Amino acid sequence: MKAAKRYTGLSRGARIVRSLTFIIPMIIMAGLVFITIFAPLIAPYEPTEQHMLERRLPPAFMEGGTTKYILGTDHLGRDILSRMIYGGRVSLSVSLLAIMITAGVGTIMGITSGFIGGRTDGFLMRLTDIAMSFPNLLIAMLLSVGVGPGFWTVVFALSILGWAGYSRMIRGESLRLRNSDFVMQARVNGVSNLGIMFKHIFPNVVNTLIIIMTLQIGMMILAESALSYLGIGIPAPTPSWGSMVSDGRNDLDRAWWISTFPGIAIGLVVLSGNFLGDWIRDKTDPRLRRL
Amino acid sequence: MADVLLEGRNLTKHYPVTRGLLQHVVGWVRAVDGVSFTIERGKTLSLVGESGAGKTTTAKAVLLLERLTSGTILFEGKDLYKFSHSELKTQYRPKIQYVQQNPWSSMNPRMRLRDIIAEPLVTNTKMDRGEIRNRVGELLANVGLDPASIDHYPHEFSGGQRQRIAVARALGLNPSLVVLDEPVSALDVSIRAQIMNLLKDLQDKYNLSYLVIAHNLATVRYMSHDVAIMYLGQIVEYGDTEEVFQKPLHPYTKALISASMLTLPEDEQEVKQIILTGEMPSPMNPPSGCRFHTRCAEAKEECSRDIPEMVSVGVKHMVKCHHHG
Amino acid sequence: MSEIVLQVENLHTSFFTNQGEVKAVDGISFFVRESETFGIVGESGCGKSVTALSIMRLLQEPGGRITGGKIILEGTDLVPLSKKKMRAYRGRMISMILQDPMSSLNPVYTVGNQIGESIRLHQALPENMVEPAIIESLRLLKIPTPETMLGNYPFQLSGGMRQRVVGAIAMSCRPRLLIADEPTTALDATIQAQYIALFEDIQKKTNVAIIFITHDFGVVAKMCHRVGVMYAGKIVETAPTREIFKAPQHPYTSALINSVPRLDRKDERLFSIEGQPPSLLNLPPGCRFAPRCTVARETCRQQEPPEVSVGADHTVSCWRVK
Repeated sequence: MKAAKRYTGLSRGARIVRSLTFIIPMIIMAGLVFITIFAPLIAPYEPTEQHMLERRLPPAFMEGGTTKYILGTDHLGRDILSRMIYGGRVSLSVSLLAIMITAGVGTIMGITSGFIGGRTDGFLMRLTDIAMSFPNLLIAMLLSVGVGPGFWTVVFALSILGWAGYSRMIRGESLRLRNSDFVMQARVNGVSNLGIMFKHIFPNVVNTLIIIMTLQIGMMILAESALSYLGIGIPAPTPSWGSMVSDGRNDLDRAWWISTFPGIAIGLVVLSGNFLGDWIRDKTDPRLRRL
Repeated sequence: MADVLLEGRNLTKHYPVTRGLLQHVVGWVRAVDGVSFTIERGKTLSLVGESGAGKTTTAKAVLLLERLTSGTILFEGKDLYKFSHSELKTQYRPKIQYVQQNPWSSMNPRMRLRDIIAEPLVTNTKMDRGEIRNRVGELLANVGLDPASIDHYPHEFSGGQRQRIAVARALGLNPSLVVLDEPVSALDVSIRAQIMNLLKDLQDKYNLSYLVIAHNLATVRYMSHDVAIMYLGQIVEYGDTEEVFQKPLHPYTKALISASMLTLPEDEQEVKQIILTGEMPSPMNPPSGCRFHTRCAEAKEECSRDIPEMVSVGVKHMVKCHHHG
Repeated sequence: MSEIVLQVENLHTSFFTNQGEVKAVDGISFFVRESETFGIVGESGCGKSVTALSIMRLLQEPGGRITGGKIILEGTDLVPLSKKKMRAYRGRMISMILQDPMSSLNPVYTVGNQIGESIRLHQALPENMVEPAIIESLRLLKIPTPETMLGNYPFQLSGGMRQRVVGAIAMSCRPRLLIADEPTTALDATIQAQYIALFEDIQKKTNVAIIFITHDFGVVAKMCHRVGVMYAGKIVETAPTREIFKAPQHPYTSALINSVPRLDRKDERLFSIEGQPPSLLNLPPGCRFAPRCTVARETCRQQEPPEVSVGADHTVSCWRVK
C-alpha cells in the first residue's frame, strides 16, 4: 500500500475512486445501449398500457407499492419502469442521430474553414454566428408546429443549429494544425489540400471531436427532454424521459416518483457521458500510449 | 565546368506590413534582398546567419513554400516560375525534399512510421503496396533504423531516431536536392555527430546536393563545401567553406567566427575576442549604405552612405564590403 | 582561495511514477566558490536540470522529491528547511535563470513591475527606494535607457534583451548563488558572446557564485572556471575547465568533446558515440556508461566505479583511472 502511494501520490482509496470514474459510466452507458436494443424483451409491460385501477402506485420499496410495478405507476396507471426502458430507447436514438448529423456537418465546416481560410472561412463563420444566435427552443417550436410533431421532427430540430458548437472549436484546431511542421512537410511532398485535410488534419482533430461528442450526449438528451417536457418533442403516448418528467409535474406532492425516476436517469446519463468522454480521449491519444 | 543543379539569382522577398481598418501598407519587411548563389550536384551549400537574416525564407522560396517578390530560381537551367503545374509536380517536387529542424513536430503524431515514410511515394508514384513496402524497408535500412519498428508512432522514438526517419522519408523519391533546416540543432550533442555522419555518407552514396540552413559555424564547416554568410536579408560573404573560414574577409564573418570559436581561458589573451555591440536592426528598416555598418568596428564614413558591391576575391570567394582584405 | 558558497553532498533526487522510481540524480557531490562559475555539462536526461531544481527546492511533490543528501548554502542545509523558510532563500540568496526568455517573463506585466516584485518581496525598502533599486539592477545588466525600460512590456523586447531582463530580475537582490539553466541556448551566436561577457562583468562586480548548466562546450570554455560532467544521474568527472579540454580522464568526457565539430580545424570524420543513454528506470549494473564505452572492461559492467582524485581539483569515476 505504502509503496503504491509513493509511486503515484495517490492512496489506495483514491486510486479505486479514480478507476470507478470510468467503470461506472461505462456500465451505465452500456446499460443504456442494452435497453435500447432489447427494450421489448426486458420491459414487463407495454409502455402505453394503462391500468386505470392502479394509478399512482408508489414504487415497490415503499409502503403501498407492489412488486408488480417495481417503480410504481403514473397518473394513467402505466408502469414507470417499462416507460423508462422504452423512453431511454427513444431518448438515446434521437440524441445519437442528432449527434451524428451535427458532428458530421460541424466537423466538415470547421476543418474547411480553418484550413482554407480567407473568404470561405469568413462565410462559414458568419453562418456559425447566425446559427449560434438563434434561440434553439424557438426554432424547435416553429418546426414542431410547422412540420408536425414526431421523432424525425425532433431529430431535425436538434440538428439544425447544433453543428455550430462543433464548427467553431474544430476550426480552431484546424487553424493550429494548418501551420504545423508536418503539414508543411506534406505540402512539400505534393499532397493536395483535400488529401491534407483528410489524412493530416482530421485524425488530429478526432480527439477534440470525441470529447465534444460525448459531452453532447448529455446535452442532447437534456435538449430532447426539454422539448418533450414542453410538449413539442416526442408526442404522447410514446414515452420519453422528458415527457415523463412533464407528466408527473402536477403530482410532485403525492406521486413524486413519476417525475423523479426519469429525472435521475437523465442526470446519470449526462454525467456518464462526460466521464466517458474524458476516458475515451485519454485512451485514444497515441501520445499517451504506454511506451 | 561545375555541374550546377540549382541557381538563385537576385532572390528578393518583401512582406507587406499593413495597418488600420483599410489595411493600407505602411512598410515592407525586407526579409530577403537580392540573394544569389549556386548549388552544385553532389555538394553542400550552407546558409549561415542569425535569426532574421533571411535564410529560412530563402530556403522556403526554393521549396516553393513562399512566392518570391522578384528574382529567378533556375533548376537544371530552367526557370522554376515558368514550369507548368504538371511539370512542377513531375519534374521538380519529386527531386527536392525537406528535412526540418524540429523532429518532434515534423511528423503527424497520429500516423505510423510506415505511413509517414510512404506518403511521398503514395502521392507521387504509382507504386503498388508491395513495392512501397519494399522501398520503405530499404529506406529504413539506409538510415540505420530497425525495419521491425514500422508500426510504431513517432512519439515512441528518440529525437535522433526521428531525424533519421525524416531523412528516410526525404530520400524516398530519390531527390537531387535536400533542404535541411538546422538538421541537428534540436538534438543532443552526441547524437548530432551520428546524424551528420549519416548525412555525409548518404551524400556520397547517392550524389545528393544539400542546402543546409544553420547558425552553428562548426557544423557548417564540417558539412559544407560552400558557405553563404547572411546578414539582414543579404549575403555578405560567399565561397568555398575552407577559404571563408581560414581567411574571413567580412567583419561580420569574423565576429561570428570569434563568437563560435572554442577558446580556453588562457588562450583568450592571444585570440582577440570580437564582441559586437547592439543587435540586428529590423528588416523593415535596414540601415543605409552597408547594412552592417551600425555594428561594425571597422566602419568608415562611406559605409553609411554607399552600398557595397559583391566583389570576387580569389578563386571561389566573394565579399560585400568596402574594405575587404 | 575564496570561500565555498554552495556544497552539495551525495544528493539523491527521484521521481515516482507509475512505472517505478526514476533516479534522476543518484548521488552527486560538488561545490562552488564565491566569484566562481561551475559548469554542469551533459545531455538531455542526465539530470542537470533536476539538480538545479533540487537546489532551488522547486520539485513538484509528490512526484519528485529529494531522497537524500545535503545542499549546504553558506552553512545552512537547504534540504530539511520548511517551505516557508525556503521561500525566503529563493530570490534573495539563490536565484535562477531559465532557458526560454519568452516564457520566463509574464507578458502582461511591465519590466519594472516584474523586477520590482522580487525587490519588494525580499528587501524591506521604503517605497521610494524601490525604483532606484530597479534601475540599479537594469544598469548592472547594461540595459540601455533603464528609465524607459521600466514601462516596457516583454513583447516590445528582442530575445537578447528579454534574457537581460530575466538576468536583472535574478540579480535584483544580489543573491550569493545564481543558477543559469541553458540561458544562452536560444540566443544567436553574437548575442551569446555579449551575454557571456556581461555575466563575467557581473560576477566581478557582485562576487556571485554561478552554476552554469549547458550542453555547449564553447560556452563552457568561455564562461566556466570548473566543470562537472553528468551522465545518467551521476557526475562522472569534475575538473578545472582547462583540464577537461586538455586532459579529459573519463571516456564519456573525451567522447563528448570529440563528437563536437571544431571551428579551428577541419574535421575529416566526427567521432560519434554509439547507442543512447540508458533508461533511468532500467539502469545497467556497474558503470552506467559501460554499454556505450569503447574501452569498457568486465569490472566496469559489474560494479560502479568509485570517485578518485587525479590531481588538483580533478576527480573522476572510472575503473580505468587509478
